[in-house]
Amino acid sequence: MTDAKKTPLYDEHVRFGARMFEFAGWVMPLQYESITSEVKAVRECVGVFDVSHMGEILIEGPDTIEFVDRLITNDFSSIKIDQVLYTVMCNEKGGIVDDLLVYKFSKDRAMFVVNAANTEKDYNWILSHSKGYDVSVKDVSEDFVLVAFQGPKAQEILQKIASIRLEKLRYYHFTEARVRGVKGYISRTGYTGEDGFEIFVKPEAGVTLWRTLLEFAIKYGGKPAGLGARDLCRLEASYMLYGEDMDENTTPLEVGLSWVVKFHKDFIGKEALLTQKEKGVKRKIIGLVLKGKSIARHGYKVFKDGKEIGNVTSGNYSPTLEKSIALAIVRSGSVKNEDEVEVEVRGRRIKAEVVKLPFYRGTVKSGKKAKEV
Amino acid sequence: MKKYTKTHEWIELSDGTGTVGITNYAQERLGDVVYVELPDVGKKVKKGETVLTIESVKAASDVYSPADGEVVEVNETLNDNPGLINEDPEGKGWIFKIKVENPSQLDELLSEEEYKKFCEEEGK
Repeated sequence: MTDAKKTPLYDEHVRFGARMFEFAGWVMPLQYESITSEVKAVRECVGVFDVSHMGEILIEGPDTIEFVDRLITNDFSSIKIDQVLYTVMCNEKGGIVDDLLVYKFSKDRAMFVVNAANTEKDYNWILSHSKGYDVSVKDVSEDFVLVAFQGPKAQEILQKIASIRLEKLRYYHFTEARVRGVKGYISRTGYTGEDGFEIFVKPEAGVTLWRTLLEFAIKYGGKPAGLGARDLCRLEASYMLYGEDMDENTTPLEVGLSWVVKFHKDFIGKEALLTQKEKGVKRKIIGLVLKGKSIARHGYKVFKDGKEIGNVTSGNYSPTLEKSIALAIVRSGSVKNEDEVEVEVRGRRIKAEVVKLPFYRGTVKSGKKAKEV
Repeated sequence: MKKYTKTHEWIELSDGTGTVGITNYAQERLGDVVYVELPDVGKKVKKGETVLTIESVKAASDVYSPADGEVVEVNETLNDNPGLINEDPEGKGWIFKIKVENPSQLDELLSEEEYKKFCEEEGK
């Protein structure tokens, strides 16, 4: 763990007894108490996550809107200032470079929030495509502590210490605000399937913010939650995870993200995606519920009537549903909902049912539609 | 008296039958246990062989037999309550019992003190 980076909250996690692990070049809390109890806190009350490992890339200049719209598949020009957009960036082949959130600060200022493991790659990708655009590109990842406050009681609890009326902050919107005096940005976004907020503050204010959030969360029945719980929550909510469910060899059309691809505008990879759309998408992501007492993990093969049709991209035990669930990428048309398939788990074929996604719908304002803005 | 393996199982011998489970150190590293694939009673096992797999929310982990023998009983309560392995790994969370063929085999295993030291080394 010697070379791995630490967030400004590292000592707080250790002091709280977190089990730390290395993830995407960072030492992060995997769990504090237990992963399942932390998932429960997020589903029933609130969970507080340090997600400062996420990368932030700032794009500034007169050509910001044009440039961002060239990079991403979703329509940046369509959102207003103080809105957030979920999108992917693709390469020329339509493969996903990363999935990310874009924050619109003004018409000449945007911020990408990207996967920690991809920060450097994304920065280089963005920079290498900036020729001819009047923009500057900066990796500002070190400028923020980012804390996610997620759960059905997130608004109620955060309201006690927030300087703004949170009920007025709509899904996928953000605003400047203070949390018990600490200045930053509050964004109504998240990766758990529950209602909640992500709060950006300066690194030197991070510990104060973290302690305040934790104090109030715990007082009202919440908990700190690690990346183990975060991964389970996103899987239950069926949010794709970069590096597991998608990578540069998958396209957004294959992983259920066609709703972030806007063909009415121009962007890198458009031609390839249009061709794929016209010819028919050959693979798609499906949901599975395993019938045996096994967990389907990334890479396990999926069979239908004895024939291999694809493989598991991520899977785990869902403490909320009390079922073994998995996402898999399979040949289009090979299965429909309620079909029985088999997953090969350590040499044994375990029966599974194809189910509709998401596995679990939480209190998040709404899924796709709201995200589409 | 309990004996320990370097693969983090414990065994306690009584009248030729050994009760086997995983150690507290192992359950801590494994995290929340969600499934235990119990072996069939009657299964013949060799020392160091995989007897079963434990699935946690973090990973799948094999449990190895600490001795040669035959599985004579499994802890059926783990089917409904696999979390017992987290709550009481060296007590109510025992996993299976084997009829040990050659009790002297256990002499090669670690004592509690030796195992503690081994874990400290491993944890470094």
